[in-house]
Amino acid sequence: MTTVDVPPTAEAQTPAPLPRRKRNGIRSWFANLPWPARTGILVAVVAAAYLLPYTADVPVIGPQIITTGTDWRTTLFTVSYYILLSLGLNVVVGYAGLLDLGYVGFFAVGAYTVSLLSSPDSLWHTHWAWLETIPVAVAIAMLSGLILGWPTLRLRGDYLAIVTLGFAELIKIIATSTPGFLRGDTGFTRIPAPPGHHADGTPLFGVRDSTPYYWVGLTLVIVVIFAIRNLDRSRVGRSWLAIREDEEAAEVMGVRTVKFKLWAFAIGAFVGGLGGVMFAGFQGFVNSNTFVLQFSILVLAGVVMGGSGNIAGAILGGALIAYIPERLRGVTDPISHTDLFQWRFVMFGLVIILVMIFRPQGLIPSRRRAMELRDRRKEAAPE
Amino acid sequence: MRQGLVRALGGVAVLAVIAGSAACNSTKDTNSSSSGGKNCGYELAYFGALTGSSANLGVNIEQGAALAVEQYNTKNGKNCIVLKTFDSQGSEQVAPGVARQLVADTKIIGIIGPPFSGESQAADPTFDQAGIPMITPSATRPSLSTSNWKTFHRAVANDNAQGPAAANYIKSVLKAQKVFVADDQSAYGSGLANIVKSTLGPLVVGSDHTQGDGQQTDFSPTVTKIVSSGATAFFYGGYYQNAGLLRKQLTAQGWKGVEVAGDGVNDPGFSKAAGNAAAAGSIVTCPCAPASQAKGSFVADYKARWNQDAGTYSDVAFDAANFFLQGISAGNTTTTKLNNYINTNSYTGIANTYKFTSTGELDPSLLKVWAFKFQPDGTVAPDQEAPKS
Amino acid sequence: MNFSGLIHDFGPLTVTGLAQGAIYALFALGYTLVYGVLRLINFAHSEVFIMGTFACLITWGFFGLDQNSAQPSVGGAIGYLLLGLAVAAVVSGLTALLVELVAYRPLRRRNAPPLAFLITAIGASTVISETIGVLTHHNPRGVPPMISTKPVVHFGNTDITGLQILMVVLALALMVLLEWFVGRTRLGRGIRAVAQSPDGAALMGVNKNRVISLVFLLGGLMAGVAAVMYVLKIGDTRYDQGFTLGIQAFTAAVLGGIGNLRGALVGGFLLGLVGNYGSGLFGTAWHDAVGFVILVVILMFRPTGLLGEALGKARA
Repeated sequence: MTTVDVPPTAEAQTPAPLPRRKRNGIRSWFANLPWPARTGILVAVVAAAYLLPYTADVPVIGPQIITTGTDWRTTLFTVSYYILLSLGLNVVVGYAGLLDLGYVGFFAVGAYTVSLLSSPDSLWHTHWAWLETIPVAVAIAMLSGLILGWPTLRLRGDYLAIVTLGFAELIKIIATSTPGFLRGDTGFTRIPAPPGHHADGTPLFGVRDSTPYYWVGLTLVIVVIFAIRNLDRSRVGRSWLAIREDEEAAEVMGVRTVKFKLWAFAIGAFVGGLGGVMFAGFQGFVNSNTFVLQFSILVLAGVVMGGSGNIAGAILGGALIAYIPERLRGVTDPISHTDLFQWRFVMFGLVIILVMIFRPQGLIPSRRRAMELRDRRKEAAPE
Repeated sequence: MRQGLVRALGGVAVLAVIAGSAACNSTKDTNSSSSGGKNCGYELAYFGALTGSSANLGVNIEQGAALAVEQYNTKNGKNCIVLKTFDSQGSEQVAPGVARQLVADTKIIGIIGPPFSGESQAADPTFDQAGIPMITPSATRPSLSTSNWKTFHRAVANDNAQGPAAANYIKSVLKAQKVFVADDQSAYGSGLANIVKSTLGPLVVGSDHTQGDGQQTDFSPTVTKIVSSGATAFFYGGYYQNAGLLRKQLTAQGWKGVEVAGDGVNDPGFSKAAGNAAAAGSIVTCPCAPASQAKGSFVADYKARWNQDAGTYSDVAFDAANFFLQGISAGNTTTTKLNNYINTNSYTGIANTYKFTSTGELDPSLLKVWAFKFQPDGTVAPDQEAPKS
Repeated sequence: MNFSGLIHDFGPLTVTGLAQGAIYALFALGYTLVYGVLRLINFAHSEVFIMGTFACLITWGFFGLDQNSAQPSVGGAIGYLLLGLAVAAVVSGLTALLVELVAYRPLRRRNAPPLAFLITAIGASTVISETIGVLTHHNPRGVPPMISTKPVVHFGNTDITGLQILMVVLALALMVLLEWFVGRTRLGRGIRAVAQSPDGAALMGVNKNRVISLVFLLGGLMAGVAAVMYVLKIGDTRYDQGFTLGIQAFTAAVLGGIGNLRGALVGGFLLGLVGNYGSGLFGTAWHDAVGFVILVVILMFRPTGLLGEALGKARA
């Protein structure tokens, strides 16, 4: 990921040409609509997203979409926190260009903070409600991002990758090996659910119906999307862009690279922690097995597959990595009628390879990144 | 332009793969309500691992329960009671979603499972809130019965009974003077190891923790410690995979003592990992009676039906299913009634007599812990009932 | 913290740590070679390794050898070992080539961003390990006894077995061989040229794709040898055992300075030793954690690893 020293050619100095297919995709069509139409479409999309739990009632198409081997609404919730995580990781990897292989570590910090503060199993015996734990949990997740980032962000790309990977493994090993404090594999039980009751007195966030959890997840996703979108269009976002394109040049131009890299890390950690908070509130049970390293790699695969550096891509990628394996549960193959389930990871791996081969920039490539890459094609991978 | 076309084609190809896999939708639910006799048309469920790395134990249990239901149906009409299966893969992450799927099927009035403690912790709250009675034939974590779940029942002794039994076996049968204790830090393994340690007291000359199954394969530091501690017996709290590798690596370093472990190692996988020669003589305890000692024609029936010998806990699962079926045939056809029935009645099955305390534990007088020994041919044979002290 | 235990067991821990370090070192060479040339973390390398373990065991299985068979005669054991090494190396090498062909080459042709390579590598790794998992029913496969476990050297409480000596010697020998190959042969010069400047090498008439294939092949061959050492030392293999080991080996490569052949060796042995000493001090469960902590500490003071990056020698 170091830039290879190629003397600047005339082509590289001229401004990058516009994307080849000149503004004829859905996105440009959307961007060119008058604002009331845009708002209307957005509202419709959001409303549709909130109505997803009732997909099964849609004739013909509905039963094809929902999962057969596992609860559809629970799958939707899973999808929602995967999207949250890919949005957060997208800030780190896609915007700032920092390869973070240990993102699950922040997810763990969030979930463990909730557990420590609210579970009756905790040594602290604070018994907080789920809502009260949120600010503390995300703050601590953010802090852990800063603590990890401060010494390591001076490392170059791939070294950063292995150190973040080590961080996630360390958190898991510490969680496993401190049976008293983080309770290892025994875990924290009876973590309180979000508050609220139905009219008949049963809890709103019960175990029979995961729809309310999904709605909370979806709402958080929307909030995070707006926040990140605004951030990306601010000075911070432009600094990230500069760092990602050429760190030395950015530094020379007066961008305080370490500071903005730290910001990216902290924001990523914040969102990851939020994902952990949601997970803990839903599951009611957190143990060290929850935070396997494969999980962070999966989320990273989602971000890159969807199209890194791009909110729509992160959403699509996060949704797909959560949805595909669940959808393949309980599906039989048409030829020999054996359960395809055991092959689902193989199929998943194949899908990843195919996506990356045919769409190396992801399913929804980032416009801005496409321009950058065109700009530095010569140096990126000379053939 | 060519590249644009390739890209578009690629996108279509990817979508086709996804859509194709989604299209072959399974319609397993053969809703055959051709139930003839009375109290028919209800469902029981097996919830637990059927695929994944720990599927063996789950399949034993599922087949035991399925056998019970099939035998019941031959007497009471075809498809009288249906046993639905739910594959949790034995994983805490997968279990909650599958549990909600189970709960959504309101015909299910009783659950055999979940087999493992971790997934129980994640899935049982769902079953408890839904009010469906469950009998686990193998989850032995003590804390499961103290979580205030009203529908939880455990048909075997928990680790609090198994740990002392293992320790007593080491003390009075092996007569070991120096014992080394290690565990894999799983809730099951560390719980068991701690109880063994406290029961053995001063006989313990050293202890260690390893990582869990699949996360560590080189146990040379543990082996070094065991060899240099001079222990003649080694207790491992964990599962057969690691236990087998430890046994093999211990033998390779020339250690000749006896390895003792809990029911998580009571599996042919242990001798597969260690090799029969190294495994021979190893002791495993189990809160179960030998399947071969089951009463009636169970052993032969199981072999005839599944073409393999009854495994660990197959008999207990068979009993658990029959306990439910007895309740259903007595007219307890709602979850509440069936739960009450299980709570208040006792049932004598082929492996044991079952009567539950208010927390869902087996009545203390009915607890059994047996010691099994690995034979030179790699099989496990019952050794003796573990001494009480 | 068990200092007295560590001091008491220092000898045996050192010996077993060096043996494990030999596996790490050979395994790490694959990461380091590919990284040196392509600046790419080959995540699928752990599966290249696992293919080697199964290839070796299945070959021995053809001769009726499994975990329950008797110890073969010395001559037989040498024959089986050589055969196992050859088959494992070839299968691992071919797997590595295949991964390069299917998962990396199409991306290079399309000028994909570096992250895309990482993700196809993860995809390829999933496909291989899960396919093995389904085909083996997720069961482990046992290893026949090959080398006598009787210690050949014995002092104090430290026993050294023939296998342990063989592993360390083999790792050192292969290292010297590889160093010679890269440093002194025509093909090796091509590798160094591409590592140093892909464009320059291309201009000078080096076939870049062939060099890259060669690098993957070399890494695969080393992983195959490591695979045989692994099954002999550990005693079984399973479809998912590559992942954790791969991370350790990659840590070793970074520790020594990724892209640096000697660095892989130094990093591997260091990681093996440090992991074992840490296990003696804190407990075996901390084996991997100690390695990571050491890695972070060393990277803070030497940001490019102990020996720095230098596959192309001239690289700064």
